[in-house]
Amino acid sequence: MPENLLDVRDLTITPAGADAPVLHDVSLSLAPGERVGLIGESGSGKSLTAQSVMGLLPEELHARGQVHLQGHSGNLLDATEKTLAGLRSDIVSMVFQEPMSALNPLMRIGDQIAEVLRIHGKVPRGQIPTRVRELLHDVHLPDPDSARFAYPHQMSGGQRQRVMLAIALANSPRLLICDEPTTALDVTVQKHMLDLIAERVAAVEAGLLFITHDLAVVAGVCDRVIVMYRGRIVETGSVDEIFTAPRHDYTRGLLASSDLEATDDRGRLFTLKTALAYSGPQVQGAEPGSATGEWENSGGEEDAPAPTRGGSISTSVEQSTADDVSAASARESTPLIEASDVTRVFRGRGLFGRRRSDVTALGGIDFTVAAGARLGIVGESGSGKSTLLGILSGLDRPTSGHVRVGDIRVEAASSQALRRLRENLQIVFQDPFASLDPRMRIADIVAEPLIAAGVDGDERTTRVEEMIEAVDLDSDSLRRYPHQFSGGQRQRISIARALVTRPQILVADEPVSALDVSVRAQVLNLLTDLVDEYALTLLFVSHDLGVVKHLCSDVIVMRDGQIVESGATEDIYANPQEEYTRRLIAATPSLAEALAAG
Amino acid sequence: MNPNPTGAPTPHETGTTASAKPRSRKGGRRTNASMIIGAALVVLIVGLALVSFVWTPYDPNSIDPVARLQSGSLAHPFGTDTFGRDTLTWVMVGARITLLVGVVAVGIALLIGTPIGIIAAFFAKQSWGMWIDAVIMRANDILLAFPALLLAIIFAAVYSPGTGPAMVAVGIAAIPGFARVARSGTLQVLGSDYVRAARASNRRVPAIALVHVLPNIAGMVIVQASVAFAISVLAEAGLSFLGLGTQAPTPSWGRMLQESQQYLSTHPELALWPGVFIALAVLGFNLLGDGLRDRFDPKMEARGA
Repeated sequence: MPENLLDVRDLTITPAGADAPVLHDVSLSLAPGERVGLIGESGSGKSLTAQSVMGLLPEELHARGQVHLQGHSGNLLDATEKTLAGLRSDIVSMVFQEPMSALNPLMRIGDQIAEVLRIHGKVPRGQIPTRVRELLHDVHLPDPDSARFAYPHQMSGGQRQRVMLAIALANSPRLLICDEPTTALDVTVQKHMLDLIAERVAAVEAGLLFITHDLAVVAGVCDRVIVMYRGRIVETGSVDEIFTAPRHDYTRGLLASSDLEATDDRGRLFTLKTALAYSGPQVQGAEPGSATGEWENSGGEEDAPAPTRGGSISTSVEQSTADDVSAASARESTPLIEASDVTRVFRGRGLFGRRRSDVTALGGIDFTVAAGARLGIVGESGSGKSTLLGILSGLDRPTSGHVRVGDIRVEAASSQALRRLRENLQIVFQDPFASLDPRMRIADIVAEPLIAAGVDGDERTTRVEEMIEAVDLDSDSLRRYPHQFSGGQRQRISIARALVTRPQILVADEPVSALDVSVRAQVLNLLTDLVDEYALTLLFVSHDLGVVKHLCSDVIVMRDGQIVESGATEDIYANPQEEYTRRLIAATPSLAEALAAG
Repeated sequence: MNPNPTGAPTPHETGTTASAKPRSRKGGRRTNASMIIGAALVVLIVGLALVSFVWTPYDPNSIDPVARLQSGSLAHPFGTDTFGRDTLTWVMVGARITLLVGVVAVGIALLIGTPIGIIAAFFAKQSWGMWIDAVIMRANDILLAFPALLLAIIFAAVYSPGTGPAMVAVGIAAIPGFARVARSGTLQVLGSDYVRAARASNRRVPAIALVHVLPNIAGMVIVQASVAFAISVLAEAGLSFLGLGTQAPTPSWGRMLQESQQYLSTHPELALWPGVFIALAVLGFNLLGDGLRDRFDPKMEARGA
């Protein structure tokens, strides 16, 4: 036992005043230099586990059990704050999820790193500036010499996370805990960050406890995986074992729902529920020649392409990728949405109207969308995706260029025309926690577009009830408030609100990027079902190419307000023309690739 | 067997709801303490005022030359003043004016200031309307620069001193606070996705203001109201003390303080009782405001039901 870097035994955490513990008898250990992934959905207790190792548990939680760390004798749970403070950074340190709030906005980052060095006094004072420069250099910040003098707001999320890593590693700890360090970052940045974490941890020979809900991420970084579910450890094993031969149902479900390439026989993604139903020999039998020996059915698309692309084909255009003929016919008819040379420039305005530099969010965008198509818009943050959506939905106007949606010219539309546009076009927003009014009941939230459309009371109630059923929620959800729902459920409510007026076009702005993997599959399936059922034209914005690949028939790749590449999804994936697209595709974590590489 | 059976949400989804983790590190204890103490003090003051309508130990205006300037006794627990009037009676009756001034002044400020703030915020969000917002808010700042006292003196000069003009002056002076709070709250709400969603579904501006903005800034406005109430109580006492507020013979805590001045060295308890009650009222409304603020803290919402 003393050989282990970290030993957690029978850790049980109970909130004050509650009977049921939120963490049940969690035991885990980490050998020196070992890299372990801790996986689970939100609320599974993975962060609590990490916090108890750091001694950062909120006070209203009572922890029982043993936490032993090499270099400290005794139970960490009983240690005083002073002892803990000595251990942190020297022996164990942590990188948090949200890079935007983890740094002090009023301190230069060099000073923030120096602070950690100074407090622990391992480095002689005179050498601190040198050491800071070294650390910034180690995390590959561009221009480490001047980066010391930057303030956090001058850096991007990825850069801040690098600074966090530099701070965490400043005193060469023996254990680094990363709590979803890349969840808030773009895919391309995420890739770099993961590589960097792996590299730095190896360089200083530290152990790594990597917390995430995304299996694909863990595969590339860790040796061993611990799966948590509802406050218990349900499975432990090497990356290979967990990914190829999961023993626990939950692990299998998680694996199935993370894999966006595998679909069941209706062409839907596996969810936790269906993965159990579809697991085992049935699926394996369908694809015996799978190269990596994955248990998932990667051949689902071959078996059942038709249901994937729209069971109720009213317009027949939806089959565009699977069926070239219908795609061609769709292109011949007048497109539903047409944008030509759209620009949007945000004028910087300083105090008292002084001019600051202008920001070009969109610099000349051309594209068309056929009725019934599913268009994916892909790009990193800051590429102008959301601005484009705002213009299409009439919430914003282009600086120049023409946008036509149906028969409405958006750039010159009267407020009446805009109202008509909005009746036909609805939006699902990214953040399920911000897009529902916290003070309204679900019934009122879903009914709101109907009120605006002038639908009278009785019909409103009926349609709201229908819609809430269509998104698989109970009818007594209607009387509840948003905070009583989980992220996935809220996103269903958002979808219900968007579809209750029966729009022709549904615009989805990263609707699943804030959701756990397991819930993501459910929401995507729901979207697919509803798009079919209501014969919607879908505009789907995402930074996750895997999701777009699953859902969309066509794709536009955007960068810095320009369209880099566009075309049918399959073509773009199989044969990306641009370096940028290739990088995006390469950066998207995929289970199969991660396994092959590992 | 099929992926999305209708009916209940899947157990996994409900699972994540049920285990809503405690979000706030502060915990709820402090909140409750200041809320409870604040509410208790407010109830005490309101109770005194209400009881005074039905029963007081003595008639507030009955003069008893024999029993003047007495210290506390069974007959007169708080003692008597220079005319032999019972101090306890005066404290009770004085609570009425205090509360009246608070309610009217806060009412004026809230009903004028909140809409001003909301309207300004709506204009601030329009590129063509930003100057309107600027004009409204700068006018607001000018008003803020005027001390309530100065306003009250002007009012007293124009319409003879009295409770009415004092209330209106204090109320007007409190408008800018409400306008600012309402404006910043509204800006926050207008930037949220649910307002974008409402706009996207064609809700008009008045509907957004009533349905989304008002309920969501109500918490902040209530907090502001309780703080403004405390300030009004203080302001009224100050104005009455200076003779610009409530006039004789109506009992008021401020006037009691003023009348007790000349006996401060010989009978300090005359100043003590109105002073204590002014302090209690101010403390009560402030604590209540603090407690309410924590209650309406959006971070606390995850726990609520």
